[in-house]
Amino acid sequence: MMNLEFMINTISLGSLYALLSLGLVLVFGILKLVNFAYGEYLMIGGYGLYFSATVLHAPWWAMVVFGILAAILTSYLSELAAFRPVRNKSANALLVTSFAVSIFLQNAVLILVSPRARAVPLPPIFSQTVNIYGAVTPVRNLLIIGTTISVLILLSLLMKKTVLGLAMRAASDKFTTTRLMGVPANLVISAAFVISGLLAGISSIFWIGRSASVDPVTGAAPLLIAFIATVVGGMHSPAGAVVGGFVYGLLFNVLSITLPASMISYRDAFMFVIVVLFLLIRPEGIIKGGYTEERVG
Amino acid sequence: MTPMLTVENLSASYGVVRALNDISLEVNEGEMVALLGVNGAGKSTTLKSITGVLRPVKGSIKFLGQEIANGKPEATVKRGLSLVPEGREIFGTLTVEENLRLGAFVSYQRDRYKADLKEMFELFPILEERFTQPGGLLSGGEQQMLAIARALMAHPKLLMLDEPSLGLSPAMTDQIFELIKGLRDRGSTILLVEQNAERALGIVDRAYLLASGEVQYSGTAEEIRRQVDIASVYFGGDDAAPCEVTQ
Repeated sequence: MMNLEFMINTISLGSLYALLSLGLVLVFGILKLVNFAYGEYLMIGGYGLYFSATVLHAPWWAMVVFGILAAILTSYLSELAAFRPVRNKSANALLVTSFAVSIFLQNAVLILVSPRARAVPLPPIFSQTVNIYGAVTPVRNLLIIGTTISVLILLSLLMKKTVLGLAMRAASDKFTTTRLMGVPANLVISAAFVISGLLAGISSIFWIGRSASVDPVTGAAPLLIAFIATVVGGMHSPAGAVVGGFVYGLLFNVLSITLPASMISYRDAFMFVIVVLFLLIRPEGIIKGGYTEERVG
Repeated sequence: MTPMLTVENLSASYGVVRALNDISLEVNEGEMVALLGVNGAGKSTTLKSITGVLRPVKGSIKFLGQEIANGKPEATVKRGLSLVPEGREIFGTLTVEENLRLGAFVSYQRDRYKADLKEMFELFPILEERFTQPGGLLSGGEQQMLAIARALMAHPKLLMLDEPSLGLSPAMTDQIFELIKGLRDRGSTILLVEQNAERALGIVDRAYLLASGEVQYSGTAEEIRRQVDIASVYFGGDDAAPCEVTQ
């Protein structure tokens, strides 16, 4: 029989991975850029939580707002200061710039704060567990699921019902033609980075929530997960990112309970082998996009 | 009368490949002008320069007396220039309705938008039928109609059409040319880019014949027909050499 605890764990992990992947794919859709600085937005969000708690002694809800705003601002500013000037150059220039932004942010934190991990004081709800029909699970798992459902609903409303969303969908289909409709390139690209930062900020709360600490390389693991999940799910649609996130979460949990204890430290290796084999069979990912490739010009 | 659009000594390149060499042309208000030539003659490059998609190397482009060379693509439609792009460039994942809504991005006013949609349905009844379907599911001819309707939603002062007959069946081409003629008769100013010179000369007032990035002939449709063996241009005769490579 399917274990309820396993199901809740898988759905909550998948939810977190889906949020992470979504933030990466939104920017890719429009700019055709895999933003390798994305993990750093999450990391800065984590420091936002840390400083609002330790310096400002903010209540938990203000910490959440502060953390998310820090991630959004970092994302938006990186677009403005780093990506915008090289946007018309080449895809490679953008890609290298994203590495530069990543290294810059990691080292800025390393120098300005500390190379060592900082404990992030979180509200007790993050460490409490709850018993649902005999299944014991951390409350934060349920929070992740609820948050992800709300975010997905709000995001699809934004994309489907607003003119900005319409323009963003058009821009990820045909960028130059969208501009010829009078849609400013800067508007849709900035919007994509702001939403990407928002998703990194929200993910940051739950990512940090698991370990209750943050350090300069906190962003590396979530970036890798988001990247692999989007590749598996399909780079060309938000739906692909969400599906990829859940599939990756499922795979992770299945391996966690099926691998013998002596092998568990090789879990990531097993995951990568499975992902590579999958991509050999279906290189376009689970969900094929209807988009045509077009570079920003 | 000053022309609506004036292009003067325009040159443009893709890297080392010179695509346009000192071309000049004019479009007057209420006129339909054709830009003819084979593949690689510089027709689309001219439109790309006018719409700001490509930065010209030199030269001037004036629209309603205002210099627009080196403008941004998104500024083009606000000035009153709409493009029906080559290959139609329909947003395939967006519905017909959403495609038209984007066409009205800069000019949107609720009441006028409704009236405009009604007008488009009269011009292109098929779009009303397909209103909620994704643009990618439309046939080539239907997509061309959608692309024209999308451009018209912005109430352009000058409508530019890039190879509207490309990839269409002869019957559909007839229908599209009939429609373009209809637009002209309604008073639209049109710059028509076509490879199909014979068909284009049948409906335009004046034409420019481009070859190797230069204006080879210009004049009224009649004059062009008299001066040039249209069939040889269309099939790639002497006047149809590919563009040269410069250092």
